[in-house]
Amino acid sequence: MKRKFSAAIAALFGAVMAMGATAQADQLAEIKQKGTLVVGVKTDYPPWGMRDANGNIVGMEPDMAADVAKRLGVKLELVPVVSSNRIQFLQQGKIDLMIATMSDTPERRKVVGIIDPVYYASGVALLANKAANIKSVEDLKGKPVCALQGAYYNNDMQSKYTQTDLVAFKGIPEAEQALLDGRCVGFIYDDVVLIWKKAQDPKFANFEVVPLPQWPVVPWGIAVKLEERDGPWGKFMAETITDWLKSGTLLELEKKWVGDNTAWLKEASEKAKGN
Amino acid sequence: MQRPTDRNHRPHLMEAFWDFLRSLNDAYGINLVQFYDDFERTRLLRGMWTTIKLAVICIGLSVIIGIIGAWLQGSRHRILKAIVQGYIQFFRNTPPLVQMYFFYFALGPQMPRVVNEYGIAQPMLGSFEWAVISLSFFAGAFNVEIFRSGIEAVQKSTIEAAESLCFNRWQTYWYVILPLAVRFCLPALNNNLVNLAKTTTQAYAIAVPETLYVASQIWSDHINVFEMMITLLTFYLLLVGVIVWLMTRLERALAIPGYGR
Repeated sequence: MKRKFSAAIAALFGAVMAMGATAQADQLAEIKQKGTLVVGVKTDYPPWGMRDANGNIVGMEPDMAADVAKRLGVKLELVPVVSSNRIQFLQQGKIDLMIATMSDTPERRKVVGIIDPVYYASGVALLANKAANIKSVEDLKGKPVCALQGAYYNNDMQSKYTQTDLVAFKGIPEAEQALLDGRCVGFIYDDVVLIWKKAQDPKFANFEVVPLPQWPVVPWGIAVKLEERDGPWGKFMAETITDWLKSGTLLELEKKWVGDNTAWLKEASEKAKGN
Repeated sequence: MQRPTDRNHRPHLMEAFWDFLRSLNDAYGINLVQFYDDFERTRLLRGMWTTIKLAVICIGLSVIIGIIGAWLQGSRHRILKAIVQGYIQFFRNTPPLVQMYFFYFALGPQMPRVVNEYGIAQPMLGSFEWAVISLSFFAGAFNVEIFRSGIEAVQKSTIEAAESLCFNRWQTYWYVILPLAVRFCLPALNNNLVNLAKTTTQAYAIAVPETLYVASQIWSDHINVFEMMITLLTFYLLLVGVIVWLMTRLERALAIPGYGR
C-alpha cells in the first residue's frame, strides 16, 4: 500500500515535471514537427460536435479544427471530450487545442489559456408558439412556460416575468413534447440550440425563436494550455479566429450546421471587419 | 384603533423571525431560504397546498372506485366482471410513474383541444387533472381488492338474512355487506391510502407544481439540498401523520364491540 502510494506520488511528480518541460518548448513548432494536430471536441452536443451515422465526429467545431490543421499543413486527430474532462485533457497535454463549446468564465481563464477573440456565444431564448404572439418577456406574465428542471434562468423567469409556476421537466424531449402538445406558450432554453432545432425540424414550423436579452450572452472560448496562451501557438490561434470572423468562415459554418446565423456572431463578424 | 396596530405589528414579528433565519445562513451556512425569502416561501406553500389537494381528491376518488369496483366484482354479468378484472390487472401491474407518463404524453394529446386565452389549442385535461386520474385509478385498483377481502370476510348467514328480508342486491351491499366489510378492511385500506399520499410526489414528472417539484427547483437554485431534504421529509411525515391519525379515529369510531377485533 505504502509503496503504491509513493509510486503514485513519483508518477505525479514526473507528470508535473513533464508539463513544465513541454511548457518551455514551442508547441506550435512541436505540432508542425509531429505532423498531427490533436483537437478535443464534443460528440454529445449537436450540431457543434456529434457523431454521424458512420461514427465519424462531425459538426461545426470539428470543421473549425479541420481548418486549423489545413492552415498548419498537418494531419488532424479529433479526440472526444466531455464537459467534465476537457480542461484536464488540455492540461495533461492529451490535446493541443480545445474547441468544445466551453463557456468563457474568469475561473476557467485561471486554469486554461482561453484565446481572444472568443469565437461564439450563447444566450437564452424562447421557442414560442406563434399563436401565442409572444414578442418579448413582458408578454409572458401569467402564462405557462415550459423549461428544463434545474436551469439557472428558471428562478428569474418565474419570479420576475411569468409570476406563475413554470412547466418544467427532467429532459429536453419531455419539454419539447409538452410544447408541441400546447401545454405551454414557449420553451425557454439556450438560444443557439433552439435556433438549430427550429431550423432542422419541420415540426417546429409554427414556432418562432424569441431572443430574451434579459439574460446575458455567455461567450464560448477556444483554449490552449495556459502557458501557451501568449506564446506562438496562442498567437497563431488568435490570428486564426480573427481571420475566421473577418472572412465570414464562422458565419458560413454556422449557416451550414446550425441552419441560421445568431445575432451575436453577425455582430462579432462586423466588428472584426471594422477593425 | 386597536385592530390596525395589531395588524401592523404582526408582519414586524414575522419579519424579525425571517431575519433570524437569514442570519443563520450568514453565521452557520444553514440556508433556510425556503422560509425567509418571500418568493420561495410562497411557492413552497403553494406546492404543499397542491400536494394536499392532490392527496385529498385522490383518496376520495380511489375509495369511491374501490366501493363501486368491489360491488361490480360480485355482479352476475360475466362481461362486467371481466371489465373490472381487466381494470385491476392494468392498473395494478403497471408502475404509477409509467401510467402518469402514458396519460400525460400519450393519451393527453389525443383529447379534444380547446383554444385557451393565449390563443393555443390545448388538450382538454392538464397535468393536475391527469395526475388525479392516474393516481385515483392506480390506488382504486388496490382498493377494489381490499374491499373484496372485506366483503369475503362477511359471513354468508348475514347475507342470507338480508336476502330473506327482501333486500335487493344493491341494498344488501350498501346496508349490510359494505358496513361490515369496511370494518374488516380498514387496516389494509389505511396502508393503501398512506401509500397513495406518498405516491403524489410522482406527479413531479409531469410538471404538477407539487411539493417535491417546487423543492427541487429551490434546491437547484440555492444549492441548499440538505435543508430542503429535511423540510420535505418533515412535511410528508406530518401529512401522512394526519392521514393515519384520521384513519385511526375512523377505525375507533366504527368499532363494534365484540365484532372483528
